[in-house]
Parts: sequence; structure tokens; C-alpha cells
Amino acid sequence: MNLKLRVWRQNGPNGSGHFEDHDATDISPDMSFLEMFDVVNERLVMDGREPIAFDHDCREGICGSCSMMINGRAHGPEEGTATCQLHMRKFQDGDRIVVEPWRARAFPVIRDLVVDRSAFDRIIEAGGYISAPTGSAPDANLILVPKEAADAAMDAAACIGCGACVAACPNGAAQLFTAAKVAHLGLLPQGQPERYERVIGMVETMERYFGSCTNHGECEKACPKEISIDFIALLNRDYVKAQFKNRRLAAQR
Amino acid sequence: MTTDLQLDAHVPEGPIAEKWDNHRFDVKLVNPANKRRYEIIVVGSGLAGASAAATLGELGYGVTLFTFHDSPRRAHSIAAQGGINAAKNYPNDGDSVHRLFYDTVKGGDYRSREANVYRLAQISLNIIDQCVAQGVPFAREYGGLLDNRSFGGAQVSRTFYARGQTGQQLLLGAYQALERQVARGAVTMHTRTEMLDLVVHDGRAAGVVTRDLVSGDIRSWSAHAVVLATGGYGNAFYLSTNAQASNVTAAWRAHRRGALFANPCYTQIHPTCIPRSDEFQSKLTLMSESLRNDGRVWVPAAGDERSPDLIPEVDRDYFLERRYPAFGNLVPRDVASRAAKREVDAGRGVGPQKNGVYLDFADAVNRFGRAVIEERYGNLFQMYDRITGEDPYRVPMRIYPAVHYTMGGLWVDYNLMSNLPGLYVLGEANFSDHGANRLGASALMQGLADGYFVLPATISDYLAPLLGTKPVPTDDPVFRSVEAEVHDGVHKLLATKGSRSVTHFHRELGNVLWDNCGMARSRESLEKALAEIPALREEFHSDVRVLGENETLNQSLEKAGRVSDFLEFGELLCRDALHREESCGGHFRVEHQTEDGEALRDDENFSYVGAWEFAGVGAAPELHKEQLEFEYVHLAQRSYK
Repeated sequence: MNLKLRVWRQNGPNGSGHFEDHDATDISPDMSFLEMFDVVNERLVMDGREPIAFDHDCREGICGSCSMMINGRAHGPEEGTATCQLHMRKFQDGDRIVVEPWRARAFPVIRDLVVDRSAFDRIIEAGGYISAPTGSAPDANLILVPKEAADAAMDAAACIGCGACVAACPNGAAQLFTAAKVAHLGLLPQGQPERYERVIGMVETMERYFGSCTNHGECEKACPKEISIDFIALLNRDYVKAQFKNRRLAAQR
Repeated sequence: MTTDLQLDAHVPEGPIAEKWDNHRFDVKLVNPANKRRYEIIVVGSGLAGASAAATLGELGYGVTLFTFHDSPRRAHSIAAQGGINAAKNYPNDGDSVHRLFYDTVKGGDYRSREANVYRLAQISLNIIDQCVAQGVPFAREYGGLLDNRSFGGAQVSRTFYARGQTGQQLLLGAYQALERQVARGAVTMHTRTEMLDLVVHDGRAAGVVTRDLVSGDIRSWSAHAVVLATGGYGNAFYLSTNAQASNVTAAWRAHRRGALFANPCYTQIHPTCIPRSDEFQSKLTLMSESLRNDGRVWVPAAGDERSPDLIPEVDRDYFLERRYPAFGNLVPRDVASRAAKREVDAGRGVGPQKNGVYLDFADAVNRFGRAVIEERYGNLFQMYDRITGEDPYRVPMRIYPAVHYTMGGLWVDYNLMSNLPGLYVLGEANFSDHGANRLGASALMQGLADGYFVLPATISDYLAPLLGTKPVPTDDPVFRSVEAEVHDGVHKLLATKGSRSVTHFHRELGNVLWDNCGMARSRESLEKALAEIPALREEFHSDVRVLGENETLNQSLEKAGRVSDFLEFGELLCRDALHREESCGGHFRVEHQTEDGEALRDDENFSYVGAWEFAGVGAAPELHKEQLEFEYVHLAQRSYK
């Protein structure tokens, strides 16, 4: 296959950035999208030009590093698929492909297609855990978890933290990411003691970095793990409930 | 050079079941109020590093963590699919700590340290408790109890799992525990920061030198102890199931500073990976071994061009079931891999390149229905479909072995301390628990055992006597000189301005290692590799092209440093394989096999850990031996028939 790429190049966090055109020739349909980039980069190096920087690591759709806006869609045209698992057989010979970094105020560009997603770590720090100091746990089977709860928690926990939801959102909101973690922990019996404190901490931190959710639903569509937007409803419900139930707040009133 | 170096594993006295308890009583402790007076550096944020940093932070130590990823959650532990073993015996099928211990020593082909493995089996119980308390969403029965499944190399069901994403869920548990400590201020985290050297002062690990991958800043950090949890070296082979950035750099640079590298030739080839499709392929994708629970492995009995559904039962050879009736499709990884290689080498391979064997789910779908199979393996089937464009519910998967895990690593004693005082090594980066072959679902167990439970209990023994001392200041000449070396190394790579890319050299090295030191090795092939690698290394240093500069994000430069270390390490890998004149586990020497092609150990001469001491690039390293004593497991030829 032969393709025409238009790729975002930006020298550093403070660079201005511009689009650059590259021909990707003799591409095999069995290659992944990132392998196609490898080929383009190898040729750039041979031509004495700096390769295009992009985040990637596991290349099996689980680490959440890869993050390309392909023809305006986070992770490209195939639903439920991270960029590394997108294969060139999904494109046609002669296609023109525009590749950009995640576009969101909370994810500043570091270089070319690489962005800084550390705001996600800040959200987790604000309560995205169950406090269980090592060594203090009871026998695992003392905690009964209904299968439905475990399955639903797992559906939410499948989030890979790639940021496609934010990149796809017209508001640059991180509701789906936050909701997935709140649901994962809040659906389990182990997560109950900190449930309401958690949701307040995470939502307030999220709002410091990200835009607001206005129910566009683009996040769900872009999510490579197909995490359901229903979790956002659960998040909102828990957040409202927390205003009444948070015991620390209650004690202060 | 310390030629008088004596390896002491510091295995505690007493019966094996009591060693760990006795040891925990005997180690020196640091009282809770004094823990904050100690600084500990942890490098790597996978299962071992994240769990260690979180736990040390909880205990009150001052922890500084470095990861080259943008977030700890990206570490390659995330990709482990199948599960984690624990001797809970919830299914009531005869499991016990002793059986897990026994299976692991046997599965490792009797090349691991008994006391370590026993401890691992004991701690396996606590790991599951810990992870459940953290909210890891393990698979459940309808009554709300935990579900288990079976895995290669065992005849009991002791594997806990979270769909096909067990590594992800365990890593997220450790990552969240870690972030909790970051929020408390107990752990300081530096992301996109790569360790490029170890600093040794007065024979002790005193700190590290790092490069900030965004700004290029090269900086020194000092501490009372340094913990490496930096993973394995499978990417030396270029194509492997490892992530693109997985590397040997931290371990190798520690080795260059005096840490011994043990058993590098023990490399695991995983039997169920998607076969290579073309030369541009950047990695091989693993399909969890758990698939062998329900999939049946076969090839056409006499090379056959028909599509698999048209090949009748009589013309199929279910070669694992035929050769190993007792374990069938669940034989350990090394045995399954070699059996597949034998079929492909004999011309019975399947697929367009005849480089795979079938893994067929037709019987399982008929027996359990599609819904059950989908629940067990849905995400794996989907992944396979994405990569190959074939639907495994209808067409058998094609699989072939690929480099997956490395049992070798830096030598450590029972406390997980290397021969350099103050340098601890955890997880895949150390050599300790898997012998010559790792059983499935045991890597997650070991990483978490080391990080949550072993290191936090043993490190105080080293730290307690250091009470009141300050770490070596980073303006000490020893730090300055290592920093200067790192700086020179980076700038030399940029200044070479040769004609070939970093990837070119990596691919070449991978070919040399896979062809000559892969699934089968011989004196001849290893000597060939040992002639080729130094030449390739020289070519790399005179002809590599690394564009750009140090002061920005420069992925070619990062990779060049890692490939440069692989080019040194690859030689050690082959030397170790050449010296070990026996076959065991993942190390198969064609000269040493039984009449029916199984690995033939030489317990009389090779029942030891081979730990190598660095003597200079290209110079012959010195071998130190730790004899392995087997008191509780009877050495036997492994048989899965």
C-alpha cells in the first residue's frame, strides 16, 4: 500500500508546531499502524531527518501508551481498538491520513505526538485506591463479592488510562476515566468505607485539570476498552450522594 | 578485581518450613520513628517496584522512585494475561504450600534455590489476600468466592485471574497503593526518568545517575540503599513478547559496577505466541497460556495444504496429547515450545509461512458453548482476530513459541541483596526463584512477593546498623565521575553520526541471538554468535546514526543506549550458554538430550548457579558458583508423560 501522511511535528513543549507531509510507501496491510510509523521513521533517519516521536510500549493494547489522533478520531477508525492494535488492512491504498497528538488542555504536547498525561496520576492520587496497608488483609475468601459486582467492577477496571476519552471530548473532560475508577472501587465491598470521600477527592481534582462533561458521549465511542458511559451516571449519583453521606463533612456541619 | 569473592546466599538455618519465620525474627529491625531517617531509591514501577515502593513508603522510609514511563501504570507487568498462582487450595484439589514449592522447583528443572522457592510458596497466600483487600477484581464464583483455574506444569487449579488481564489488575492495585503514598508524601516519584548508572562508594551501593528523558538533564541521587526492579532482558532478541522499551540497561550497568549476573542463559520461550508475519514486525504477541486449558494443539500428521476444517481427525496429530498423556496440552512451557519447534522443523508447520501449529477450540466450543469460551478468553480471541484478521471461534489459532521471560538476572542472596551491599534486586531483574524455567502464573507471584513482603522484611537488616549515617553526598567525587561517564556515553552516541539506524543493529543482534542462542543451542552455534556479536558491537559504535540532541525528548538516543547494553550483554548470554554443558529448562543444548529429545541435565557437574563477574567489555568474565543443595525435593528427570 502507499499512503500520504500529514503528521503534527513540534520540537518541544514550547515549540509552535506544524503539519508535515510524508509518503508512506510499500506498506504491508498486515502491519500495525505503529509499525507503519516505524518504517516511516527508519526512512527519515536514513534521510538524515529526525524521526517522529510517539508514545508506545506494549503494542498489545494494554499499556495505554499509544495515543494518536488519526483522521480526527482518537486511536483511528476501528472501534474498541488502541492505535497499536489498529492494522493497515483497515485502510485503502492511496489513503490520506492526518495524525495529531491528543488535543486537550490538560495534556500538553511534549514533542510531536507525545503528550503529558500526568494529570491522570493526580486524579488517582486524590483517592483512586483502597487503603489497605501491606500485611493487614484478612483471608481473601472472607470478603464475599457477588459475581455481578466483580464482573461490573472488572468492566470498569479495564480502563488503560490512555486518555482517548479526553482527546475525543469536545470539552476535554476526563469524566469517563474518573468514573471508571470510581466505579471499579465503589462497586466492590472493599471499596465501601472510602466510597464517598473518594468520589469527592477524585472529582474535585479532575475539575482542576479537565473540562466539564456535557454528555456528548464521544468518550465512550473513542474508548479502546469500550467502557460504558453508564459509569458516568454512577459517578454523578455517587458525587451527589457524597454531599450528604460523607461522614467527615457531616461531622463538620 | 575481587577474585576471592565468596557467594553466600545467607539461607537461614532450620527446617525449610520454618526458615522464613526464623529469619524474620532474626533480622535487625529499624524502629518506626527511625525509618524516616533512611532514604531508599527504587528503580522501576512494575509489580515488584511499585509494590516495594508503596510498602516501604507505608512503613515510613523515605522513598524515591524512578520510572522511564510517563506513569507507573505503563510498566510491562500490565501485559501479563493469565493469572497468579497461590497455594490457597480453595478448590480442595490437593494443593498445599509444599506442592506449590515442589512444582516450582521441578518446573524450574532443579536449578533454583530451595529456600527461596519455599518462601515464595508461603507468601503466595498473603499476596492474594493483599490484592483482594486492594480491590483487584478477581474472577468469582456465583456464591461470591474466588474462582481458580489450572495452568501449565501443575495438576491442581491454583491460578487466580481477572479475565485475561490479571497483570493489568495487579499492577493497577500496586500502582494505586503507590499513588496513595505519593499523595501522602512518603514516595517521591520521577517519571520519564531513566537510570543510566549505579554509583558504588566503598563497595556499597550509594545511589544512581539518571537522565531526564524530556529535558536531557543528567543527575545524581544518593540513598542508603538502591532497589532495582527493572525487569528482564528478553528484548535482547529484538523480537519478543516484551514491550518495546523493556531493556537490560539498569541491571547491566549495575553488573558493570560489580554486581554479579546469574544464569543469563535461562531464557523462556513461550509456546503460545502469534507467529511472525513479515520482516517489519516489531514484536510478537503472546496468547495466554491459559488457552491451553481448553485449546488442543495439533498439526496435520503429514504436511497438509488443506484448510484445517477439512482435515479429518485421522489426519491430525495432537502431538502434545500423544507424547505427554498425563499432562497433555498442559505440559510446562519449555516442553511445549520444543515440541512445537520439532513439528515445524520437520515441515509440518501451518499457516502461509508454515511457521506455526494449530491451537484449536472447536471441541471446547462444542462442549461448553460459545458463551463460556467467550467469557474465559473473549479479549484474547478479539486480540488474535485484530492482529491476524482470523476469527478463532471458527478457525483454529496459529501459534508458535517466542522469547517471553528471562529467568536469569542479577545474583541475589536470600534477602534479595546482590553481592554489592545495599543493592537489592527484585522481580524479573533478579535470578532467584524460577530456576531454569518459570511456570505459568508465577512471575506475578514472584514480583509481588518480592515487593510487598520479602524486601520490606529484609531491608532493615542492612539499614539498622547505618542509623545516624547520611547518604554519600551527590557532590562527592565518586558521583561526579559516574555522572561524567554517563554524560560522555550519551554524547558519544550522538557524535558517531554513522550510516545505520539503532533499530538496524538491534534487529541484527536479535537475529544472531535467536538463530544461535534461541530454542536450541550448540557449541558450534554459540561460538559463531560469540564471533559475530563483538564485530556487530564495534560496527555499532563506529556506524550508528543517532539524530537530534540530548536536551530534548529523543527516543532514538534512549534506544541507542539500551541497544548498546544489549550488545555487551548478548555476549554474556552466549558465554553462559556455552559454558553450561547440559540441557535444563529454557536452556537446551542439542549435544545434551535424551534419546527421545528431552532435556538432559548433568546434576553432578552443573547443579549450581553460574554468577558472572564483569571484567571489561569483550573480556572473559569470571565465573562464581553457588552450589545448589536439594534437601526437600528429590532430583529426577522431569517427566510429564
